[in-house]
Amino acid sequence: MANNFARILSSKRNVGILSLVGAGSLTAAFLLNREHVTAGAQVRRVYPASAEYPDLRKHNNCMASHLTPAIYAKLVEKATPNGYTLDQAIQTGVDNPGHPFIKTVGMVAGDEESYEVFADLLDPVIKERHNGYDPQTMTHPTDLDSSKLKSGKFDDRYVLSSRVRTGRSIRGLSLPPACTRAERREVERVVVDALAGLKGDLAGTYYSLTHMTDQEQQQLIDDHFLFDKPVSPLLTCSGMARDWPDARGIWHNNTKTFLIWINEEDHTRVISMEKGGNMKRVFDRFCTGLKEVERLIQEKGWEFMWNERLGYILTCPSNLGTGLRAGVHVNLPKLSKDPRFTKILDNLRLQKRGTGGVDTAAVGSTFDISNLDRLGQSEVQLVQTVVDGVNYLIDCEKKLEKGQDIKIPPPFKK
Amino acid sequence: MKKLNDQMAKLTIKRLSPEEEFPDLSQHNNHMAKVLTQDMFTKLRDRATPNGFTIDGVIQTGVDNPGHPFIMTVGCVAGDEETYEVFKELLDPIIEDRHGGYKPTDKHKTDLNPDNLKGGDDLDPNYVLSSRVRTGRSIRGFCLPPHCSRGERRGVEKMSVEALDSLSGDLKGKYYALKNMTDAEQQQLIDDHFLFDKPVSPLLLASGMARDWPDGRGIWHNDTKTFLVWVNEEDHLRVISMQKGGNMKEVFNRFCTGLTKIETLFKDKGTSFMWNEHLGYVLTCPSNLGTGLRAGVHVKIPNMSKHAKFEEVLKRLRLQKRGTGGVDTAAVGGTFDISNADRLGFSEVELVQMVVDGVKLLVEMEKKLEKGQSIDDIMPAQK
Repeated sequence: MANNFARILSSKRNVGILSLVGAGSLTAAFLLNREHVTAGAQVRRVYPASAEYPDLRKHNNCMASHLTPAIYAKLVEKATPNGYTLDQAIQTGVDNPGHPFIKTVGMVAGDEESYEVFADLLDPVIKERHNGYDPQTMTHPTDLDSSKLKSGKFDDRYVLSSRVRTGRSIRGLSLPPACTRAERREVERVVVDALAGLKGDLAGTYYSLTHMTDQEQQQLIDDHFLFDKPVSPLLTCSGMARDWPDARGIWHNNTKTFLIWINEEDHTRVISMEKGGNMKRVFDRFCTGLKEVERLIQEKGWEFMWNERLGYILTCPSNLGTGLRAGVHVNLPKLSKDPRFTKILDNLRLQKRGTGGVDTAAVGSTFDISNLDRLGQSEVQLVQTVVDGVNYLIDCEKKLEKGQDIKIPPPFKK
Repeated sequence: MKKLNDQMAKLTIKRLSPEEEFPDLSQHNNHMAKVLTQDMFTKLRDRATPNGFTIDGVIQTGVDNPGHPFIMTVGCVAGDEETYEVFKELLDPIIEDRHGGYKPTDKHKTDLNPDNLKGGDDLDPNYVLSSRVRTGRSIRGFCLPPHCSRGERRGVEKMSVEALDSLSGDLKGKYYALKNMTDAEQQQLIDDHFLFDKPVSPLLLASGMARDWPDGRGIWHNDTKTFLVWVNEEDHLRVISMQKGGNMKEVFNRFCTGLTKIETLFKDKGTSFMWNEHLGYVLTCPSNLGTGLRAGVHVKIPNMSKHAKFEEVLKRLRLQKRGTGGVDTAAVGGTFDISNADRLGFSEVELVQMVVDGVKLLVEMEKKLEKGQSIDDIMPAQK
């Protein structure tokens, strides 16, 4: 929970003190003064940082790899203007030691300013997670011109569906781990208001989670349209599931090819998808839709969180930059059994998941194949990587069908 | 970098109205949801305890867990001792509703003199499989589990272990920190009904009391495993006296002796337990105020438990049934966990007396039903 009191103590305004005499104990309640304080304001601690430093000896996540006692001591004194603290940012990583094989990030941002105030920890975490991208020296390219995509139509006999997703955050409102109920509702209001202005094949309807029937909800989950009720401790420990299902919902266009999730792990997740292998059309709709939504919120005086250092700002550091995951469900019965499969994917900068999404297993030989990278390359570049890579995989599959041999491609060069 | 900070420093932080912050409690069935109005929320939202605990911290668990149509949960927690004062307007009516009409002006009596218990050493061991008394204690000056920092939690652990290490005689024992325990040791303790669960209940998780698990958590028990202390689970300390069979008197003796000794040890170190004459011992959940005491037995009552009047009898005796796995579990093969329903407004001796007398009667009824006799003539009056 936010250490609101400590933040207020450090504000420059006077704090009104309301004394209540209780039975047998001296207590004082303080009137909260919700004034803005500068980023990096001092937070009062009762214990020295060394007594508060988490025990990370059994941990395997990016936060644990980089949070030294010295960095902890430096940052634990600080809070963002919204009162978000280091302890809150790292709570998910402390509570979830991780897996020997899967290295999770282990921390989240509570607001846009987290990436500045806690840069001493987040920058090395970002660098590790994003393959050496150095936020202190590099800039991130944004490119949503889908006309640049080459040959984005896959063989439908192998590719069952194509999908591109990203996230967007509304500047000025706290992110899901830290937002208040009212802020979350404001996000919902701003986005739903904008989406109501979409026209043509993008016109659609909003379904609030609080009013959806269980049946509607299950149908949407089965269609791969809806987000999970939060059960993963990685998410619940960061506080992003508070007040569920208040102000959560899904918007989709009438043809169910353009979807927006509201207030799940991020303010918004934007998804373009369809059955079959026409990634080009999926990406076209993705870019058009995104730009249109951006235009509509800007009309009302809002904007997305973005900067040239980190690209689009999202809750999890792993989703910075483009926040983009472009993927297909593809059937590769022969290739998936080939011992070189993993190496091929690695060199193509692709990742495999089960068809239920992250942390699920594949069903039969159908895999979810998507880009590994998020930050340091543009949207066009990443989708191109997926297009080229999946075409290569299908080519391998076809070769194996004919009894021909396949080659491991050279490691990907940008 | 500086330019970015300047830009962000100019951001207008949106602080929205209390109406926009008020939780949607339309689907909810818990004490907090029954009591919390918009006006109350608006007023309480502007306060924080000296430790920075706010109304949202108090009610989060109740907002996230709408409750059950049959089981009325409390729906709020305290983050520190001062919560019960600073958020009085919310907590007093909840306490009154949960604790049988206990008023904000009522005084609670504490009685830990085991000599005042009559009988209790002769519950039939053919029916009563085990006897147990538990309570909780909080260490004054430290925040409670929903709000404490890692440093505070470790401070509670250190202080408690120091005190417990100086117990002697049949209370002499050892501390097992959860993070150093082997999986095998841990499972053994769970199977013996000694250890607390890894937190999985959303009621607990949503309040934040499981943060940093298993840091600062552990179990201390004496060599004979009849006196146990849980450190930093739902409360700072949970103190448990237990043994097989039906000698509740012995269990309660040990309970009182052990508790009193621990309290003395803490006082020697310049601290004390959170206590006041209105609320008694102060614990995390408002349902555990007063004595924080649950005295119970595992008792075999397969016939009685199927009887139409079973619930009525329990109600009149001021007793509560649970499964043998603890709260929110089901009974196994006619064996129930029967304990006192009350916590506040009765002393420790009074509550254990109710359990002793009540269980004696239940066993008597069970024996009658075994013989095919009626129990109508021994139906108890409402206590």
